Amino acid sequence: MLRRLWPFAGLLIWLPVLFFILFYFYPLGTIFTVSFFPEGELQFGALENIVTTPYYWHILWFTFWQALLSTVLVIALAFPGAYVFARYRFRGKDTIRTISTLPFVLPTVVVANAFLALIGTRGILNTLLMDLFNLSQPPINLQYTIWAILLAHIFFNYSVALRIISSAWQNLGPELGQAAQMLGASPSRVFWSITLPLLRGPVLAAAVLVFIFCFTSFGVILILGGPRFATLEVEIYRQAVYLFNLPVAAALSIFQILFTFFFMWFYTRHQARTSRPLELRSAQGLEKPVHTLRDRLIVYGNLLLMLLLLGLPLAALVLRSFQGTEGWTLRYYQELFINRQGSLFFVPPAEAIANSTGFALTTVMLATSLGLISAWALAGKTPVVYKNRLFNRFQTLLKPLLDPMFMLPLATSAVTLGFGFILALNKPPLNLRRSILLVPIAHTLVAMPFVIRSILPAMRRINPRLREAASILGADPPHVMLHVDWPLIRRALLVGAVFAFTISMGEFGATIFIARPQTPTMPVAIYRFLSQPGALNYGQAMAMSCLLMLVCAAGFVAIERFRIGDEGEF
Amino acid sequence: MKRILILVFLVMLLSICLSGCGQQEPVTLRLMTHDSFDIAAETMAQFTEETGIAVEVFKAGDAGAMVNQAVLAAGDPLADVIFGIDNTFLSRALNNKIFIPYESPVLDQIRDDLKLDPQNRALPVDFGDVCLNYDRNWFAKNSLDPPRSLDDLIDPAYAGLTVVENAATSSPGLAFLLATIDTYGEMGYLDYWQKLEGNDVLVTDGWEDAYYGAFSASSDGSRPVVVSYASSPAAEVFFAETALDEAPTAAVVSDGSCFRQVEFVGILQGTKHETEARQLVDFLLSRPFQEDIPLHMFVYPANEEAQLPEVFIEHSQVPQYPATISPEEIAANREAWVQAWTETVLR
Repeated sequence: MLRRLWPFAGLLIWLPVLFFILFYFYPLGTIFTVSFFPEGELQFGALENIVTTPYYWHILWFTFWQALLSTVLVIALAFPGAYVFARYRFRGKDTIRTISTLPFVLPTVVVANAFLALIGTRGILNTLLMDLFNLSQPPINLQYTIWAILLAHIFFNYSVALRIISSAWQNLGPELGQAAQMLGASPSRVFWSITLPLLRGPVLAAAVLVFIFCFTSFGVILILGGPRFATLEVEIYRQAVYLFNLPVAAALSIFQILFTFFFMWFYTRHQARTSRPLELRSAQGLEKPVHTLRDRLIVYGNLLLMLLLLGLPLAALVLRSFQGTEGWTLRYYQELFINRQGSLFFVPPAEAIANSTGFALTTVMLATSLGLISAWALAGKTPVVYKNRLFNRFQTLLKPLLDPMFMLPLATSAVTLGFGFILALNKPPLNLRRSILLVPIAHTLVAMPFVIRSILPAMRRINPRLREAASILGADPPHVMLHVDWPLIRRALLVGAVFAFTISMGEFGATIFIARPQTPTMPVAIYRFLSQPGALNYGQAMAMSCLLMLVCAAGFVAIERFRIGDEGEF
Repeated sequence: MKRILILVFLVMLLSICLSGCGQQEPVTLRLMTHDSFDIAAETMAQFTEETGIAVEVFKAGDAGAMVNQAVLAAGDPLADVIFGIDNTFLSRALNNKIFIPYESPVLDQIRDDLKLDPQNRALPVDFGDVCLNYDRNWFAKNSLDPPRSLDDLIDPAYAGLTVVENAATSSPGLAFLLATIDTYGEMGYLDYWQKLEGNDVLVTDGWEDAYYGAFSASSDGSRPVVVSYASSPAAEVFFAETALDEAPTAAVVSDGSCFRQVEFVGILQGTKHETEARQLVDFLLSRPFQEDIPLHMFVYPANEEAQLPEVFIEHSQVPQYPATISPEEIAANREAWVQAWTETVLR
């Protein structure tokens, strides 16, 4: 049966495309229509206004260069980390990798407080330095400067780059490098001429993700940078929510989307053309233990850096949740379970955890399946539907546009999309305006780009000779997929799944504007605590944040343990 | 024979259906609120017991986002009743005709000075005052008198002590800006802000960043004066870790230094359950619900006959003459004021 349906497997690409049309383009189109055709006539006043006002160009410029700088810093710092994780075997490797991904899941407000506890004017570092050196003024004053923004971007995005690059590096066979060395190349030459070009795909993939993320950064800019720094996203929010100036907000949104689309389009064309299939090897064969002094310096130096950058703020957070006004206490954790005022909106931690995890698992399933289909089609591995020439031509034309298109939700302001949902999804059969399904759908829109960016390079690197060999030995296309492609991309798929899980648990801005029924999740509970004064409220927010980190870490461990069969690790 | 049986069966089915349809189905009302809404489960249950109407509450973001969503969904509303539109967004809501007017009998018990809509489309349900809060301990330790009015903030003795929120994106931030506009006039407020900026005022994005990020009494920050609510000291006592006799903070409630925010409730145009919605509105304005408001949302009840809880009476003060600006004026000038403020303070 599978064999007969196989030629039509190429049609599966329409599933994610349909998903996008229904839940991205349709709401977006609706909100743009309302913004630009308020009374039925096309009004470009807002667009004109934006193009001619220097203020907006200034904003665009700032948005761009802070994202670029952040990306460069993240990649520069994560690259050596990726090397360490790909080539060395040491104790606690999995734990450290899990911890390094936790920042991604924390609400920005909580992270801001963690940073404050660490580098604020009355934070741990400053107090320590002031005591040690007898200073009268706190030496570190990074709050509300661009440095705070950059540091926070690194903190959030480090693990994205780490996972994507190290996952690819792990499977890089040493043959090409060894051949070069036999021909007389020095180790550094091997690195620059062989390893680096081979890693270009994953490095760029990570860079693109991080760039878009920083480009559309919202909470970090607002909270850690303060109101003096305005990006496009912040401006869109301001115009849409506070001034209810939909035409301007929509115009800015379009700018953001178009800019990202073209950027992505150039990148994906480049990627598609320069990807080379490789000899992929088992990761375990390539890892070496930490022996020599050089090894030790590299590995432990890097781990120390990660500890400082990622571990300290997280540790500050955990500590704060146990620090009461009179010393160490478990009070905040206990208080989480008490509904002191009999409130209707009391969120029992168990319920919050269950809801968060439920949404996250749904998102993982949706995002990985749709992402897998998309990456499969984009990598050109789907069978061509021979029967219909026109259809093929159509699909060939569509494909180069699909890759950048799938990235667009990352570049789209949550406000715009949220308002779009209200306008668009109010008629059956899409009467989902108030449905609980909207939450995993919105999360999936944001998670899919991550999944695709993780899987696609892996798919493109599969050596076609392996597939051909399998075919010659008698495997039909479905079996080739199952027994050759699948084991080689499984690791990348796991990386994507972890991202999808994290994104859903952390509930990025994607869901701020979705009015949902009472299914409280952990980030929602945290925000609730932080919206009222009182030591108990603040402490509970910290405690719930720690629970969030714990649940997330447990989720990662569970996902990474997911192995099908006894096949070796690729 | 078969056909007759089928016919009989269908007739039976139809009659069962019709008789079933004749019965009343319990109505569920949808109440749309902002994120800060909170009330006791018991109180809501009381309403359901008394009237047989179930209430489903859903939160729609902050006050601004909620209003915008209601406006976007005008005619085909997301809920039956909306709670929490405040006076700074009232004109936007009224101009977009999202309400059905309702002159509730409970309105007699509501304070007259809060009834900003004479046509009773939006009915006042609670009010709060945005005031400066200061850290008592800090001022005691540094032998400085706490600020008593807006003028004190531009005094050099108070340089670098204040944190305010961004008027462009924060509700208390905007309220504080409006207070300065009411006190110093449209010609003088920018001058005040220039002096404040010269006095090293810190501007944060939202209330959380100011209160839990920079206010010395509640965070590792170093600023002892923050723009918050008149009820915040009471909240500090209520949510303290150990029982406190005195609030660690206090509010500045002198004339003109606070801004009054009034919140409204209204029935949304397009609702299919207007009669039941009226019952809900009556309940939201009546004593049981109103008396529950202070300890849940930390604002004051609009119903004059509602009793305040002890912690409010002891630790919070209601300013006698807060700054007020009419909703129409706010709607007309808001963008210009905020733009001018941003130019002066942030650039």
